[in-house]
Amino acid sequence: MSTTPEPVLQATGVSKFFPGAIALDDVSLSLYPGEVHALLGENGAGKSTLIKCLTGAYKRDAGTILLDGKEIDPRDPQGSLALGIGTVYQEVNLLSNMTVAENLFLGWQPMRHGMINNREMVKRSKEVLSGFGLDIDPSQLLSSYSIAIQQVVAIARAVELAGKVLILDEPTASLDREEIDLLFSVVRKLTERGLAVVFITHFLDQVFEISDRATILRNGRIVGTRELANATQTEIVTMMLGRQLEEAKKERGKAVIGETILELKNYGRRGTIEPFDMILHKGEVIGLAGLLGSGRSETAGVIFGSTPADQGTATLNGEAIKIDSPRSSIHLGFGLCPEDRKTDGIVGDLSVRENIILSLQARRGWTRPISRAKAEKIAEDYVKKLDIRLASLDMPIRLLSGGNQQKALLARWLATEPDILILDEPTRGIDVGAHAEIIELIQTLREQGMALIVASSELEELITYSSRIVVLRDRRQVKELQGDEISIGAIVRSIAEEGGAQL
Amino acid sequence: MMKSPRLPLYMTMATFVLAYMLCIWEFPSMFSSRVVANLLTDNAFLGITAVGMTFVILTGGIDLSVGSVIAFTGVFLAVILRDTSIHPLVAFGMVLAITIAFGAAEGAIVHYLEMPAFIVTLAGMFLMRGLAYVLSTDSVPITHEFYDVLQSIYWKAPGGGRFRLIGGVMLLVFIGAMIVLHRTKFGKNVYALGGGVQTAQLMGVPIARTTILIYATSGGLAGLAGIVYSLYTSAGYSLSTVGVELDAIAAVVIGGTLLSGGTGFVAGTFFGILIMGLIQTYIVFDGTLSSWWTKIVIGVLLFTFIMLQKVLAWATTARRKPATEFAMRS
Repeated sequence: MSTTPEPVLQATGVSKFFPGAIALDDVSLSLYPGEVHALLGENGAGKSTLIKCLTGAYKRDAGTILLDGKEIDPRDPQGSLALGIGTVYQEVNLLSNMTVAENLFLGWQPMRHGMINNREMVKRSKEVLSGFGLDIDPSQLLSSYSIAIQQVVAIARAVELAGKVLILDEPTASLDREEIDLLFSVVRKLTERGLAVVFITHFLDQVFEISDRATILRNGRIVGTRELANATQTEIVTMMLGRQLEEAKKERGKAVIGETILELKNYGRRGTIEPFDMILHKGEVIGLAGLLGSGRSETAGVIFGSTPADQGTATLNGEAIKIDSPRSSIHLGFGLCPEDRKTDGIVGDLSVRENIILSLQARRGWTRPISRAKAEKIAEDYVKKLDIRLASLDMPIRLLSGGNQQKALLARWLATEPDILILDEPTRGIDVGAHAEIIELIQTLREQGMALIVASSELEELITYSSRIVVLRDRRQVKELQGDEISIGAIVRSIAEEGGAQL
Repeated sequence: MMKSPRLPLYMTMATFVLAYMLCIWEFPSMFSSRVVANLLTDNAFLGITAVGMTFVILTGGIDLSVGSVIAFTGVFLAVILRDTSIHPLVAFGMVLAITIAFGAAEGAIVHYLEMPAFIVTLAGMFLMRGLAYVLSTDSVPITHEFYDVLQSIYWKAPGGGRFRLIGGVMLLVFIGAMIVLHRTKFGKNVYALGGGVQTAQLMGVPIARTTILIYATSGGLAGLAGIVYSLYTSAGYSLSTVGVELDAIAAVVIGGTLLSGGTGFVAGTFFGILIMGLIQTYIVFDGTLSSWWTKIVIGVLLFTFIMLQKVLAWATTARRKPATEFAMRS
């Protein structure tokens, strides 16, 4: 483009206030036709809020938005959709009670004689989805397909609807590499057609791979916009964090492994996880590695008792124990931070303080309530220790960003001072800064003598803190690596052995 | 194939066929066009009400006001026709306008004030019942020649069954509702709302308009049911049709619609109504059973169908397909 093109969308001075917090402060953004524009920032930096202000899901408190030079004021997502701004949200936001085709065409169904033409709708759904490399039956219920497929359907819907601007809010979080390649090739095709794409993600590699420019947000303010062709990852990360990421990379002292705390023999649950043996020592981290669905979360659930084992024995500090419910394991000094914090973890409408003391209260029993002052102190303590960013301890936890919610969840379990802490995907959907802090925290806890079991799909992270790594495949433990054996290559080889090479 | 949402519907249909066959086995005379015709005529007002209730429940809501709306409609018509010279057709139009507006107002309160439908329509239930009392506390007979004309319309089937106008109206309402639910954008929006209000909103479904329209539909159909009921009884009485809203909800649930919304079919509701009518007919034929047995059997059926839905829900979540479809890429 030789002449300076007009921006298709121009937001100026957008601000949004929440009770007790400024979510967006005088933010401006220009999108040009045919560009992929990455929106970067830590959790809570205001990316999602900005998107919601653009699409009208939130009412902005100040600022103007121009689309093709004309001021627009979409009052709801439907309004912005009609103007040509399509959005794919972080979680799959489709209707699982309806078919794939109905989801794709909801609101713009092909009509004939004033009625929905179902046959045409299914036919066109098949065409649209095959453009994304998906060969599925669109007349089936959406819920009969995996999350990854649902995500692709959500993207396909937004792509079909968006005429001018397509917003992708962390679309790749649940996709594998092959699926990401497909998505990116579709995005490139769209930009050739002159569409402007906003891309939000935590994966910096992907940002550099697909994006032309990036705008970085921090604490609700714009830090800057960069042409990515002449920017480095370090530069971008520094802008996001406002500090260097040195601490996380600091070489840690060798783990001091203490006495055996938990010993599991032939432990398993039919249909969930094959029987396995495991010995856990104080002051060590066992990492659980494997593909999605390989049995990582299942192992965590069986040990914690949320899906109790139906065979095998467990000994804690030399004494035989029986774990048949989370209640019993909490009393024995276990803690589990689950993978899906929205459904299994946080209680969205309770305050941050109440969420933090929840497990501690449960462990003490309801007859011994924790006083308000004490709860306040415990919560404040952990908020400070874990650097949870919030406006007030009394705000509902659902208003916190993902990373801060995760930290509050960790605080909940740390408050019970567990001997054994199980973390399932502790860094999923979290920005770089919080990521590093949580890794740091895991290492600190280990040094303090806690025994940890961590399940994670991020191998790089897993090998930095694990003293032993258990590799799972098809709901079975296939390999245990320790000491110098531990490397990404070794883990990948164990996962891929026996022909299951689909990493 | 994964047609699991239709399974409760098929179960209801099978239940009806089986129950009817058992009835015929015991009382062969129940196999006649008279029984079928009466089934339709006697349950016409309930069926029409249940269609509106299906719409509401599909969105995850509830409408407790319909029974009172029917009673109000009946009293309103009776009083108007007694005290004025307005033609019944005009009176029908008036009362439909009132009940539609009433339903729309309930929907608007549910949406804009973010109130639970249970409370809003409970208030509506008292309000409408009270209004009916204000119009008249006595049963007011309707004697208008136009009513006689409407009541005398029927089609005599072989075997002596008389298929009357009101049964036909109910069938038309069911067919219309099926077309609306499955072949119009409004219908799809109803399902979308039941699948999740927030998600539906993000997908661009007009939440306010759909919610108001749904309660207006339910109110309007309750009004139509009231008209049908006044044709059926030739009177308007403020104490009539108490608890009909619960019968309608029962029919919807027996028909396989989930109370949590999003899944269900009007066809199921139709068979739900038939099953309930059949139980009543059976008790009449038997002659020795107390009519309260109707309630007991409906209670047992409700429990059975709720359990069935729970089992089906477990079965379908366990069968979720893994991400293997990607392997089929060309």
